[in-house]
Amino acid sequence: MSTNGAPIVKAEEVEKYFGRNHVLCGVSLEVKRREVVCIIGPSGSGKTTFLRCINHLERIDSGRIEVNGHLIGYRAGKNGELVEDSERNIARQRSEIGFVFQRFNLWPHKTALQNIIEAPVRVRKAKPEDAIAQGEALLARVGLADKRNAYPGRLSGGQQQRVAIARALAMRPALMLFDEPTSALDPEMIGEVLEVMQELAAEGMTMVVVSHEMGFAREAADRIVMMDGGVIVEEAPPAQFFAAPAHERTKQFLSKIL
Amino acid sequence: MHTLVAAVDWHLLKQRIFEPNHPFVTALIRTVYIAVVAQILGVALGLASALMQMSHLRVLRFLSYVYVLLVRGTPLLVQIFFMYYGANLLLGFTLFPRTVNFGLFSLDGVIVAGIVALAVNEGAYMSEIIRAGISSIDRGQMEAAKSVGMRYSLAMRRIVLPQAARVIVPPLGNEFNGMIKNTSLLAFIGVYEMFLDAEQGYSVTFKPVEYFIGVAFWYLVLTTIWTLIQVQIERKLGASEREEDEGWAQRLLGLPTTAR
Repeated sequence: MSTNGAPIVKAEEVEKYFGRNHVLCGVSLEVKRREVVCIIGPSGSGKTTFLRCINHLERIDSGRIEVNGHLIGYRAGKNGELVEDSERNIARQRSEIGFVFQRFNLWPHKTALQNIIEAPVRVRKAKPEDAIAQGEALLARVGLADKRNAYPGRLSGGQQQRVAIARALAMRPALMLFDEPTSALDPEMIGEVLEVMQELAAEGMTMVVVSHEMGFAREAADRIVMMDGGVIVEEAPPAQFFAAPAHERTKQFLSKIL
Repeated sequence: MHTLVAAVDWHLLKQRIFEPNHPFVTALIRTVYIAVVAQILGVALGLASALMQMSHLRVLRFLSYVYVLLVRGTPLLVQIFFMYYGANLLLGFTLFPRTVNFGLFSLDGVIVAGIVALAVNEGAYMSEIIRAGISSIDRGQMEAAKSVGMRYSLAMRRIVLPQAARVIVPPLGNEFNGMIKNTSLLAFIGVYEMFLDAEQGYSVTFKPVEYFIGVAFWYLVLTTIWTLIQVQIERKLGASEREEDEGWAQRLLGLPTTAR
């Protein structure tokens, strides 16, 4: 594995409640640079919530998450306690983390290209011509060069998700987070999205992927993390994970989905 | 019955409808610009109030709530009265001087007071309309904007509001229709707009039927012109919606898009 240096994600004892519901009960995870980590687990296990905490789309109630060596969402207060960070800082950190949503969340009033160049132009203040050139290159990379001027409503689910990946890549993120990127797709479109993700992984992008795609996990992941009931039950490289799961809960889960 | 029909001064009615005199035309123009300016300010106030209502700061939510409750729960006529006379009667100072100078032009203080009163009233109604419009946009739109590093204000401006506009524009059109007619209430504080022109006319001639039918006709003209404009605007919005195909409806319902 071509991983090296300090971890890019370092989560320590993350706890999260939704009202009285304890959804994350002390989750700790490190992700190294260029590593691809797949998080699997039954629905309600907290895997999506945990992923959303990594770019602070969800607040956390205790513990800490560092991305690229900096706390995300919080800063240390006077007495060492964590207080929520300024909107500006949170936004700046998020701009370096790509996030791909289950339901794509493309902006329907903008074309494919406009979706991609929006953040580089408005957030990074890139020159429009540079952003357009980069946007066109990204569209070509996800195989949609001809859909430059198409509105999301004109694209299939698979195409929309590929545009969404391109939109996230346009900010040149150091880390890409995928939240069940193929769950909302018709079966025949899953392949085209996984292919793009596999290429990304092969190019050395650091990725954390919440997914039920065991084929992808087996082939592209360096490590598989099994979550259940708000905790990490087990983590292992794919070969070991699938061949000899250590935990009873993992065995049960795998027997149901494989 | 016979005498009633005979009592209508057909000549005067024809005159009021088809031969508007100079003071009436001035009053009509005043009605139009008061309505337009008050509506624009009302939309701005409504946007501010809607954003306050969605804020996580309790104080802002409370202020907005009280504003909407007070304004929607009391007669517009009372609001107009207190906007113009309130400061003087209750606190002993003049809020609106005889004329207000805006640099390039100046307006009678009473007109400014009238516009402000109408705008404040309209803001409360627009607040609800805009809030509903913003809430109709899927939460994922804002999240996607935040995930690429946009701050709340930028995401609102570039991503959420342009989409919410489609939902907001039709009821906004109806609001403006109401605004055109509500300007008539400013006659109460002495703004010389269409309705006061009619009222003064009938009070000297004692011919209310002719004057009120005449002025109603002209309100109908204004609202009809606006309705035609509104149809065009909505057709335009509808057209871009069709152009984007059924994906829109599917997005709103949260359904996965089908292959093409």
